[in-house]
Amino acid sequence: MCLHQAFVMALKSLLARKVRSLLTMLGIIVGVAAVIAIMTIGRGTLAKVEAQFDHLGANMITVNIYNRDSTRQITVKDMYELVSSRPDLLCDLSPSVGLGGGIKYGSDRYQRTVISGVSEAWPQSQLLELADGDFLQYMDVERRNRVCVVGDYVARQIMGGRALGETIKIRGQNYTVIGVLAPYDELSVQNGEGGADDIVYIPYTNILKLGETSFVGSYTLNSRTRECSEQAVVAIEERLLACYEKDDYYNVDSQKERMEMMLAMQGSMLSVLSSIAGVALLVGGVGIMNIMSISVAERTREIGVRKSFGARRQDIWLQFIVEAGSTSAVGGLVGVALGVVASALACRFMELPFIPAGDAVLLAFGVSVGLGVIFGFLPAGRAARMEPIDALRYD
Amino acid sequence: MTTLNNLQNENEVLISLQDVYKIYQTGETEVHALDGVSLEVRRGEFVAIVGASGSGKSTCMNIIGCLDVPTSGSYHLAGQDVLTMNDTQKAKLRNKTLGFIFQQYNLIPKLNLCENVELAMLYAGMPAAERRKRSLQLLEQVGLADKAANVPSQLSGGQQQRVAIARALAGEPAVILADEPTGALDSQTGREVLGYLQLLNREGRTVVLITHDNSIARQAERIVRLEDGKIVYDGLPDGDEAAVQ
Repeated sequence: MCLHQAFVMALKSLLARKVRSLLTMLGIIVGVAAVIAIMTIGRGTLAKVEAQFDHLGANMITVNIYNRDSTRQITVKDMYELVSSRPDLLCDLSPSVGLGGGIKYGSDRYQRTVISGVSEAWPQSQLLELADGDFLQYMDVERRNRVCVVGDYVARQIMGGRALGETIKIRGQNYTVIGVLAPYDELSVQNGEGGADDIVYIPYTNILKLGETSFVGSYTLNSRTRECSEQAVVAIEERLLACYEKDDYYNVDSQKERMEMMLAMQGSMLSVLSSIAGVALLVGGVGIMNIMSISVAERTREIGVRKSFGARRQDIWLQFIVEAGSTSAVGGLVGVALGVVASALACRFMELPFIPAGDAVLLAFGVSVGLGVIFGFLPAGRAARMEPIDALRYD
Repeated sequence: MTTLNNLQNENEVLISLQDVYKIYQTGETEVHALDGVSLEVRRGEFVAIVGASGSGKSTCMNIIGCLDVPTSGSYHLAGQDVLTMNDTQKAKLRNKTLGFIFQQYNLIPKLNLCENVELAMLYAGMPAAERRKRSLQLLEQVGLADKAANVPSQLSGGQQQRVAIARALAGEPAVILADEPTGALDSQTGREVLGYLQLLNREGRTVVLITHDNSIARQAERIVRLEDGKIVYDGLPDGDEAAVQ
C-alpha cells in the first residue's frame, strides 16, 4: 500500500467523522491561528514603531545638559566646534531653547503655543517638512532676524489658514511668518492645542539675546549615517566628559539606541506570546494523540480484518500515522486561514501595516503536521503491533 | 469463476498440521484448546471442521489462517513452514493464499462494498482502476453489483455475507476459510451461502468450513470432528461418528 492510498483513506476517515474531526482539530486550529496572528500583529507593530522612529529621524542624537551651575560650561560655540571637528560623524547641529509666554496674534493671546529657538539645521534632524514657504535660514540665525516658522495648528486654527507673510507678536516684538510646517502626523501625539503642531520656531539667537538665559542645555544633531550613530554618541560624550569630568551632568541619546531598546522590548513580548501560542499547538497535538488512541481502540476489529486480508504492520502503521498527520494538516490549514484573516482584521483595526508572515504560516503549518505525526506514533504503533487474532476477537 | 493457475497438482497437500498443541494458561490450570492435532488437507477438498463450542475448532481455524500460533507442533501451508515466518511473510501468505469468511461478516462499516471487496487487492498493491474493475466483477458474481456504492449497514445479513465471500475471493486464494459462515443467518440464506461455497469448491478451490451445525456439515465431502482439542472423527459425512452429539 502506498502513501497516496493511505492519504485517500485518511481523508475518507476524516470526512466520515466530521464533528469529531473538527473537535480534534480545534486545538491545532486555535494554536496555528494564534501563532500566525501574534506573529503578524507583532511584526506590524514593529514595522510601525520603526516607521515612527524613521519619521522622527533615525539618525537623530539629542544632547541634554543638566548642570547649569558648573563653573565650566559647554557653550554653543564649543558644540559647533565639536561638530565641525568630526565631519565624518556629526552634522546638522541645532541648539534648542524654549521661551515661555506664548504668542499674540491680532488682539488674542495664545499661552499654550510653544516657542522654540532653533538653528537652520533643525529640520534636518527632526525630518520636518514644510507645507509652505521656507524654514529659518543661516542668515536669519546669524542676524537675529525677526522671522518665524509656524506649525500646522497655528497656521490653520490661530491664523485662519493664511499665515505666510502675516505677523505674530512674541514678547512684544513682531515676527514675520516665513514658513508653515506640514502637519506632524503621529498618532501618539495630540494634534490639538498645545500639541505638536501648536508651535512657533524662531532663531535661537533671538531668545539668547532676550537675556533671560545665556545657557543652552539642549541640542539636537544627526549622525552622518545610521551605522555610525554609536561612534557619534561616543565622540560627543568624550567632549562633554572633558568639560564636566562627571558623566551624570549630561545625557546623550541616539534615536537608534531608543529604537533598538523599543524593538527589543517588543520582540521579547512577541516571543513570550508566541511561546504561549506554541503551547496551545502542543495541547492540540496531545488532543490528536488522544483521539487517535480512541480511534485505534474503536477500530481494533477493522485492524484485525485488514491484517487477515494481508495488511502488514507497516501498512497499519502508515494508515494511522497518515490519518493523524492529515488531521493536523487539515486543522493547520484551517488555522492558517483563520490566523491570516484574524490578523488582517486586527491590523486594520489597530491601524498597523499588514505584513503577511509567510515564514510564520510555514512554521505553524509545519509544526502542526509534525505534531500530528509525532503524537500519532504511539497509537499507530499500538495498532500495528496488534496480533490479528486478538484484534479480530475484540469487541 | 476464474481458473486457478496453481491447480495443477490435484492431490498436493495444502494444509498440514503435525501434532499441534495450543495451551492457554488460565491461573493455575492449563487449558488444552488443541491437544495434539494432526491434519492434512489436500488441494480441492471441502472439509468441515465440526465440534461443540470449546472443542477447539475455532483455535484450529485460527492457526490454519495464520492468525494465531500454536504452543507446539508444526504447520505447513502450501509447502511453507508458517511457524518460522515473520509478520510480513505471514501477511503475504494471508494476502495471497487465504481468504477469510467470518461469522459476523466483519465488513468495515465506513467502507462501501467495493472498497471492502478490494482489501486484499489493496494490500497486494494492485492499481486502483484494476481493483475497482475486479471488485465490481466479484460483486456481480454474488449478485450485488447494483449495491456497490452502499455501505454494509444498508444490507441484510445474507447480503453482507455474500459481500464477504466476494472479498475472500478477491486475492484469488487457494484456500477459503469460513468460520461459521451461516451462524448468524436464517436457514434459507444459510443454504444460499453454503451453495456459494460449494460452487467455489467445484471450481477447484479448497474450502475449510467450521460449523457446529450437522446439517451444514453434511454438505461437505469430509468431516473432521473435534472434542476437547482432539480429533475424534475424520472421514465421510455419512459415518455414524461424524455428527456432533
